[in-house]
Amino acid sequence: MDRTMVLLVDDEVPFVETMTKRLGKRGFHILKAFNGPQALEVLDDDDKVDVVILDVKMPGMDGIETLREIRKRRPLVEVIMLTGHATVETAIEGMRLGAFDYLMKPCDIEDLSAKVQEAKKKKARHEQKILEAKAHAIALRRGD
Amino acid sequence: MNGDRYYHSLRRNILGIILAVSLLPLLMIAAIAGWQFHTAYRHKVVDHLSELVNNHARHIDTFLQEKLSDIQVLAAVHPVDRLKDEKFLGRLLILLQEKHGGVFVDLGLVDARGFQQAYAGPFQLTQARYTDAPWFQEALARPYTISDVFLGLRGLPHFIVAVRIGEGADAWVVRSTIDFVAFNRLVENLRIGRTGQAFIVNRQGEFQTRPNREPDLPPQELLAGLQPQKVSHDLPAVPAEGSVPGRVPGRAPSAPSDDVRPFWTERRVPETGRSLLVFSRPLKGGQWILFYLQDVQDAFSDLYRARRLSLGVLVLSALAVAGTAWTLSRRVVNRIIQVDREKEMMNEQVIEAGKLASIGELAAGIAHEINNPVAIMVEEAGWVEDLLGDLEKGEPLDVEEVRRSLSQIRTQGARCKEITHKLLSFARRTDPTVQQVQLNKLVQEVVGLVEQRAKYAGVRIRTHLTDGIPWVSMSPAEMQQVLLNLVNNALDAMEKTGGTLDITTRFEDGRVIVDVADTGEGIPPANLQRIFDPFFTTKPVGRGTGLGLSICYGIVKKMGGDITVNSAVGVGTAFHVYLPAGDGVERERAENPKEEEDGSNDGFAGG
Repeated sequence: MDRTMVLLVDDEVPFVETMTKRLGKRGFHILKAFNGPQALEVLDDDDKVDVVILDVKMPGMDGIETLREIRKRRPLVEVIMLTGHATVETAIEGMRLGAFDYLMKPCDIEDLSAKVQEAKKKKARHEQKILEAKAHAIALRRGD
Repeated sequence: MNGDRYYHSLRRNILGIILAVSLLPLLMIAAIAGWQFHTAYRHKVVDHLSELVNNHARHIDTFLQEKLSDIQVLAAVHPVDRLKDEKFLGRLLILLQEKHGGVFVDLGLVDARGFQQAYAGPFQLTQARYTDAPWFQEALARPYTISDVFLGLRGLPHFIVAVRIGEGADAWVVRSTIDFVAFNRLVENLRIGRTGQAFIVNRQGEFQTRPNREPDLPPQELLAGLQPQKVSHDLPAVPAEGSVPGRVPGRAPSAPSDDVRPFWTERRVPETGRSLLVFSRPLKGGQWILFYLQDVQDAFSDLYRARRLSLGVLVLSALAVAGTAWTLSRRVVNRIIQVDREKEMMNEQVIEAGKLASIGELAAGIAHEINNPVAIMVEEAGWVEDLLGDLEKGEPLDVEEVRRSLSQIRTQGARCKEITHKLLSFARRTDPTVQQVQLNKLVQEVVGLVEQRAKYAGVRIRTHLTDGIPWVSMSPAEMQQVLLNLVNNALDAMEKTGGTLDITTRFEDGRVIVDVADTGEGIPPANLQRIFDPFFTTKPVGRGTGLGLSICYGIVKKMGGDITVNSAVGVGTAFHVYLPAGDGVERERAENPKEEEDGSNDGFAGG
């Protein structure tokens, strides 16, 4: 299995740095972004990103907006929301918009890596289905 | 506080109004009615006494007239020769005494030289000589005479009625002595009250009757107080029965006595200081004067009793009114004090509630703000754990990395501490006491509190703090709440769009002014009228209490300041808070120069 590629988006630089080290230690490949536009830029540059870990509350373009934009540009990328206590509602809103899951900040690193792996699996399943569907479509077309 | 003085003056006013409204009419009624009653009653008493004195005088005149007429008739119908007969004279005397109840003491006939030629009576007075007696002189000179009272030959007070018959050397005088006791009784009967006394004096001030006691004023003095009157020797014509004075020759008809009204006056007795009512009425054609004296106190005793009684009632009712007013005003003011106190407590509670609401609004921002460093610390701790796990597996420990982590944990811990301190400094400050406060410092504190929220809302906060503005007398807790409410509202208005929040402090026309201006959505003119009304809110149910601005308004007004608002939809809203400057201008510079330096910094945050 490929190394899972994770994009970590948060406005708190020390948080992003430490999480990068910890998740890296757990075998993930981490990309960093410190606000919404930056995250979208990274996604545009690199289409290998499997999972985005997204802070809900950010100055400027906030998490929900960023999520909406990600879903629009890269529908297959799974998004895990990180929220403070006061923004659970926002996280639920995010779930409605198609986020994979949400976690309360501060979160347990093992929970987070488990969630990331689940998300990766889900993405892989989706990709598999799409591949199958494509193959099926090709087969059908051939069959015509 | 000048609350005590306010309540005192309130109470004084209530008391004054009650007293004025109830006592003035009472006193006026009492004064008017009392005066009317006094005047009417005095008139009544004086009239009554006048009438009484007048009646008595007429009675006395009548008495004298009757006695004179009797003698006149006697002298007219009987020739002198027959009157010389003492036995006949005696019979006449008995006849007179029978008809008049012993008023006539004796009868006598005196010749022109003054020798009594015939006498009938209890004394031996035949050949008595009256030549030099004043009454005799007068009797010769006039057709008839009634003498003053004198002791005469017998040494007893009496007076004489004499009628002349004939003229010149052939003249005779018929005389009769009138019983003094019987005459005196006429006057003694005129006694009213305790002090009323009547007596008759002649023009020389000699008593013609015996007063029951020494009068308070000597007769001479009483006479001096009278206007000089024409003295007539004629008796006033009194239509007494059986007497027809007109028939007597040589006698001019006199004026009717009815127009001689008693003259009355009030005199002070110098010795006792008491006032006397003095009635005087001429008698016997003005030769005698009937005096009636009565103490004023006695004469008007009923009036004075009534006056004392009504004064007593007046004083009692005034006391009752005053007592009621006192109690009532105290009760009313106490009630007001209680209500005011309750109101104040209520106000404090509302302000406290509003403050909690403001804190609630802050909480979202603060929670996130505190959550971030906590998350970092947790992750750093986790990272150190990871590194320790590596060490257990035999890998070398990156000591530098552990140190960095710990340092990061300390940094984030300090950040948490700062946040909690900011929040606590606001939440703990509940003291509503008025102090000298430097406004710039308060603005900076509030900006510090909302910085994080502004950052996430995309709002840039700019402060323009004028150096050296005067201190303001106010409660820092309350002022902080005013600022926080205004700033929170501004952030609410810009939450969706972001924008700029300008906070300015300045000093103009003796007032310290804070402007809080946002570039938010603005307030529609229809709502602008109502924004300071309690419970007016445009936020969804459960989000706003509608109390924030009304509390601001209440607090600022209480400080003696004012708060105004300008707003244009789509452009923004500016609130202006005007506060009266306290004393101690620029004191802040000396005390706290460091804060003054960054007074006009640019609190740029996020965006």
